[in-house]
Amino acid sequence: MSLTLPDVKRIAHLARIEVTEDEAQATLNKLTGILGLIEQMQAVDTIGIAPMSHSQDVTQRLRDDVVTATNQRELFQSIAPAVENGLYLVPKVIE
Amino acid sequence: MMINSSLKELATLLASKKISSVEMTREFLARIDRLNPDINAFITLDKEKSLAQAAAADQRISQGNITPLTGIPFAQKDIFCAKGWRTTCGSKMLANFTAPYDAHIIEQFDRAGAVNLGKTNMDEFAMGSSNETSFFGKVQNPWDRARVPGGSSGGSAAAVAARLAPAATGTDTGGSIRQPASLCGLSGLKPTYGVCSRYGMIAFASSLDQAGPMAKSAEDLALMMNAMAGFDSRDSTSLQRETEDYTRDLNKPLAGLRIGLPKEYFAEGLDAGVAKVVEEAIAQYRKLGAETVGISLPNTQLSIPVYYVLAPAEASSNLSRYDGVRYGHRAPEYTDLLDMYCKSRAQGFGAEVKRRIMIGTYVLSAGYYDAYYLKAQQLRRLIAQDFEQAFKQCNVIMGPAAPGTAFKTGEKTDDPVAMYLEDIYTIAVNLAGLPGMSIPAGFANGLPVGLQIIGNYFDEAHMLNVGHTYQQATDWHTRMPEGI
Repeated sequence: MSLTLPDVKRIAHLARIEVTEDEAQATLNKLTGILGLIEQMQAVDTIGIAPMSHSQDVTQRLRDDVVTATNQRELFQSIAPAVENGLYLVPKVIE
Repeated sequence: MMINSSLKELATLLASKKISSVEMTREFLARIDRLNPDINAFITLDKEKSLAQAAAADQRISQGNITPLTGIPFAQKDIFCAKGWRTTCGSKMLANFTAPYDAHIIEQFDRAGAVNLGKTNMDEFAMGSSNETSFFGKVQNPWDRARVPGGSSGGSAAAVAARLAPAATGTDTGGSIRQPASLCGLSGLKPTYGVCSRYGMIAFASSLDQAGPMAKSAEDLALMMNAMAGFDSRDSTSLQRETEDYTRDLNKPLAGLRIGLPKEYFAEGLDAGVAKVVEEAIAQYRKLGAETVGISLPNTQLSIPVYYVLAPAEASSNLSRYDGVRYGHRAPEYTDLLDMYCKSRAQGFGAEVKRRIMIGTYVLSAGYYDAYYLKAQQLRRLIAQDFEQAFKQCNVIMGPAAPGTAFKTGEKTDDPVAMYLEDIYTIAVNLAGLPGMSIPAGFANGLPVGLQIIGNYFDEAHMLNVGHTYQQATDWHTRMPEGI
């Protein structure tokens, strides 16, 4: 399966990364090479093989539903790009 | 020769008060001042903080409240959040990020009374095998300044190789500890997945990322593992196990050791000079009483495509957090919220990171999940089963850590696929979740070559024994580059 320029633009949009026309073309070439590498997987029959996500096949632990974190709003907001009155500032999204 | 001393020797110097931690830290900081402007192994230094920790360590030493690491300065890969320290992960995205909390690994070093010497350079978000994708510039290999140190833990590797630090931390998602250790003539260990907590370690591919030590010798690695390993409830994949002393087996005899030699690791693509060094190292093991047995890891070639589905998929999810809202880079100009996201991420991420996010986004996009992500997870099991079969015939597996020695800066930057093949011998170990180590085994064309030692799950203490015994019989690990 080969990628096209519109594919690259769609993927970039889904990934929320702005690309210029030139970048899209360069990206297309590089991604095509990488996907060519990935295609090697299709040569192997994997029917009936259970997917593996963790080497120990462990399950997620449960913990008691209690508060463990302390409120550090000021510390955390001190590294934010834009805050006002303890709130994070973003462009208006609701009219 | 303090700069070439083992951690044990440094601890003895400190305990006997021949030198204070403040003096030792100053000496390494002075070396950094002199050599780092060229080598570029460190991104961030904070002498005041380092020296304050050293002074506190001296206090502890005077009270006799010491651990084997107390007062010794360590370089920390800039992927570990350290409270009050700028923590960049090698990215413009986090160029102004001061971590508001400590990673578990940083806490463990602090608890042991170690000194944080500074934050080391790395490929951006740990994506790379040459340290050339860092926003903070390339790192020189101290053995040949025109060559790369490997990556992604290239700054840590260069720092220890140039003796700017006694030892350093690294992380290894597909070879990022072992390959730079190999290219810089160091010992480096990637533990079994889940042994070291990922809490506060900036995420790349969460099912593969693992922290580990980088140092001159296996003995140093063992001492660092004692501080770094352990259960941490804040990492959901941290394993609950009994505390281990990783130094316990260092001096055991090797008699009865069965070394598996995978034919796929000695096939086409391996540099002849590297092959020769690795074969000589294996001959040395035979002299030390080990037996060797030919094995096969038939799915080795598949590990690269599988990795380049799974790691980018997980990365695209992990890196979606960088939205320019709560921390990290925000574009100076934008029209609306979507535009702010797209511009902030376009400006904040470098080309390789963007490529991997886009590959990950693509393989996870609607309609492609089964063909890519699920398929890769199925193949991941086959790769893990290769090792399971192999370990029925041997106790450890040996081979090269990288297909060649350090390559020239810029040599592979235009061809991502060529760069990816750099990790052909290391990636399968991450996919299987096994521990892997590289130790210096000699030189090819004047450049260091690493011997990779792969162990079964939780076999780190034994692997360190295997590495240490070799290092008692050889002196490759004590060699230093010229001009440092």
